[in-house]
Amino acid sequence: MRRMLVAVASGVALLSASLMAHHATAVFDLGKRLTLTGTVTEWFWANPHCLLRFDVKSDSGEMTHWVAETQAPPNMTPFGWSKQSFAVGDQVTVILEPVKNGQPLGRILQVKLPDGKTLVAGAPAIPAGGAQQ
Amino acid sequence: MNPGSEKAPVGAAIAAIALVTLLSPVILGQQGLRRTPGAVYDSDFPGKKSGPAPKRDITGVWEFANGGGEGIQADGAKAMPSDGKPEHELPFTPEGRKAFMANKPTFGFTQVPSALTNDPMPGCDPQGFPRIVLHNAHHEQIIQTATQVVILYQFNKKWRSIWTDGRKLPGNPEVPAWDIKGSPPPEARFWGYSVGRWVDDYTFVADSNGFDDRSWLDNAGRPHSDALHVIETYHRVDADHLEKTITIDDPKYYTRPWVALDKLPYRLQSPGLEIPEQECVPSETAKYNQLFANPAAK
Repeated sequence: MRRMLVAVASGVALLSASLMAHHATAVFDLGKRLTLTGTVTEWFWANPHCLLRFDVKSDSGEMTHWVAETQAPPNMTPFGWSKQSFAVGDQVTVILEPVKNGQPLGRILQVKLPDGKTLVAGAPAIPAGGAQQ
Repeated sequence: MNPGSEKAPVGAAIAAIALVTLLSPVILGQQGLRRTPGAVYDSDFPGKKSGPAPKRDITGVWEFANGGGEGIQADGAKAMPSDGKPEHELPFTPEGRKAFMANKPTFGFTQVPSALTNDPMPGCDPQGFPRIVLHNAHHEQIIQTATQVVILYQFNKKWRSIWTDGRKLPGNPEVPAWDIKGSPPPEARFWGYSVGRWVDDYTFVADSNGFDDRSWLDNAGRPHSDALHVIETYHRVDADHLEKTITIDDPKYYTRPWVALDKLPYRLQSPGLEIPEQECVPSETAKYNQLFANPAAK
């Protein structure tokens, strides 16, 4: 059932993307989910896509710099996002769909903020149980 | 923390597609209810009947009646998306098909990765008309004056003037530009040249030509030539509703006219509803390409 939920979420995410995105879904590893906890280094509120840049430290201490996109600002404000959503140094947990080529890039599905609130990027794309840690 | 992942197995994916298909009305309903802050939708007024339409009046701020997402047409013109379905195959001429295949959109049936696109829009070249209403459309404001219908659009804060003073469309290159009553200049414009008229008390029709063929019709790379003629029909259904239809007539690229937007319903909003800013900024695009689009396409 859990896998089913993940698969349904994939389908919903696809549908959501087709309704909202500026560019192709071809670069994304559709259906794959990553949950990443890290420190914000920049929140770039811009067209054609906003970018959240954050550093993630692995268990071995290796640091990876991630860049994750959302849609353009006018498409994000209806869901509660703003230029002030993140500050440098914020600890956030990001669920994203990564690109296929293994680069630390992806598109954001949701972000848990330091105060515990969650920002969701568009239609519900996360199954009830969340993505795999 | 080590990042983890889970990928849906094929069997579950097939089942999911079936489920998504079953659930699609609900999902689309959720999408359709995507709200522009401050806007109202038909679903906010269940069972309420609208009053009669005012005569010869389409002024106001108009939002999509069924939700803010109704104007997003990522895969191409809403009535004819580029999805590979036979019923959505456009009536290309050989020249039109050649132009379509030369375009490299990032969405639709012929999509390519962002780094390989030749879409003029991401680089902030003018989106132009009719793409402004056939791609990432949002609520818009219509203003009527004694001589024009003016439409204000969100993307790049653009506007169009549809002349209603009886002037003709461009067509006679011998008529000088200053003789605007006889024939406007035949220059190529990203936004075309538009004239309009009331065909009855509730239906306003605008014709546009004089287009620059560098713009695309939609986000799926549908092309147009310099012979493009666009027909817009605005039908005031009642006090609260307006329907918009866009027909593409381009004999160089299409063997017959085709409907790109078919009676898309809008709902009248409070006159205080603001149109948000959404600018294409070249430096922002360059940064996005550097940080995301280019490395994602490697």
